[in-house]
Amino acid sequence: MLRVENLMVRGLVPVSFSLDAGTCVAVRGASGSGKSLLLRAIADLDDAPGRVVLDGVERSSVAGNEWRRMVRYFQAEPGFWAAKLGTHLTDTTLISRLGLPNDAMDWGVERLSTGEKQRVSLARGLADKPSVLLLDEPTSGLDADATLAVETLITEAMSEGAHVLLVSHDLEQGRRIASRALHIVDGKMEEEAL
Amino acid sequence: MNYIVLTYWDLALAASLIFVNGAVSLAFRLGIGKHLIISALRMCVQLGLIGFVLKFIFAQGSFWWTAGLGLVMVLLAGREIFARQSRPFIGPWTYGLGTMSMMFAATFVLVFALAGLVKPDPWYAPRYALPLFGMLLGNTMTGISLGLETLISTVTRSRAAIEARIALGATRWQAMNEPMQGALRAGLIPIINAMAASGIVSLPGMMTGQILAGVEPVEAVKYQVLIMFLIGGTTALGVLLAVGGACWRLTDTRHRLRLDRLHDANI
Repeated sequence: MLRVENLMVRGLVPVSFSLDAGTCVAVRGASGSGKSLLLRAIADLDDAPGRVVLDGVERSSVAGNEWRRMVRYFQAEPGFWAAKLGTHLTDTTLISRLGLPNDAMDWGVERLSTGEKQRVSLARGLADKPSVLLLDEPTSGLDADATLAVETLITEAMSEGAHVLLVSHDLEQGRRIASRALHIVDGKMEEEAL
Repeated sequence: MNYIVLTYWDLALAASLIFVNGAVSLAFRLGIGKHLIISALRMCVQLGLIGFVLKFIFAQGSFWWTAGLGLVMVLLAGREIFARQSRPFIGPWTYGLGTMSMMFAATFVLVFALAGLVKPDPWYAPRYALPLFGMLLGNTMTGISLGLETLISTVTRSRAAIEARIALGATRWQAMNEPMQGALRAGLIPIINAMAASGIVSLPGMMTGQILAGVEPVEAVKYQVLIMFLIGGTTALGVLLAVGGACWRLTDTRHRLRLDRLHDANI
């Protein structure tokens, strides 16, 4: 279980909620409402006082890099640190399931479209099977087929026990994979019906 | 030693060449005429003053006077590094990082050179210590400001890439690896190029000066080779300290990227 207690995120009143293994919570709110900052705070990418506990392990009790091996933030606009796509991945299994050809490993990163970047980002982040997936609009640049492929990978990870926090504007997507929904209004996070 | 003493009349004639600069500025409306005159005057005043200061300190031969002037030189060079940064660190790191790196590297190499190689008597003899220190500082200053500027512009430009690695569980040093390599390279290239070009493209200033003062060219060359190696060592050490320190400061112990420790752009 992932437990968040009084997490101080800029622009939000202190946030508390919990998330069971194998389930997904959809988060929505206007742009600039702090959704990304909330995900970043849980992954310890920004300084955010408060408690985050994963299966009894405190965020503050492990090194930041160790924490992020278990609690994985997926950027809304993924960054790439090498010129070649293949440098960012170890094998083609996941990208080919997401609809990219096998020779994509030899592609230069600059030729990737926004949607391709998002899929590569998902593939490289799922490869070592992190326990928590913090997904920041993972399908915003994708067509219906690619969106479905992404959702399939997410639900597979959930069936293996992953905790998923999904930021998405798409209410239908929330209904398809999430069991609960949170709505950020005026800095407050409230449960809402799916 | 036999050298030709310049008269002030010689200098005045040389100064008339500045009118060529002025004419170019006027002809092409560069609008730098005022700047030109101020710079020329500054040069005369600054060099004139340092001439008297050096004369005084050489006459004293005191360790503390020598060290004192060395410190002033470091502080001024540190200010120069800071002024060349487009996005400096906030707080004392702004000025401290470049200055401390340069001070440590230049002092370390200077003491090594004086006590171990040149061996004047006493070892801190200002006639040797201060010109050597000045040359070490000047070159290290250039290396450090290039290294820091490259590091900070790379890191701010590739923030998403660095954070992608961090999000995937990289440590701060793994995530900063490429930007750090680029910054070290940028800081070290000038001295490497200078070594390759010296003797062919340029006759280095110190060597030229010694030859004009009547030193045998081969002896002057030996001094120049020594100083180039000293500069190379100082620059490498100084750039490593400054860029390493900046990487350390741009990340924190939780292995996060901390661009909030930089001033906003254009300040």
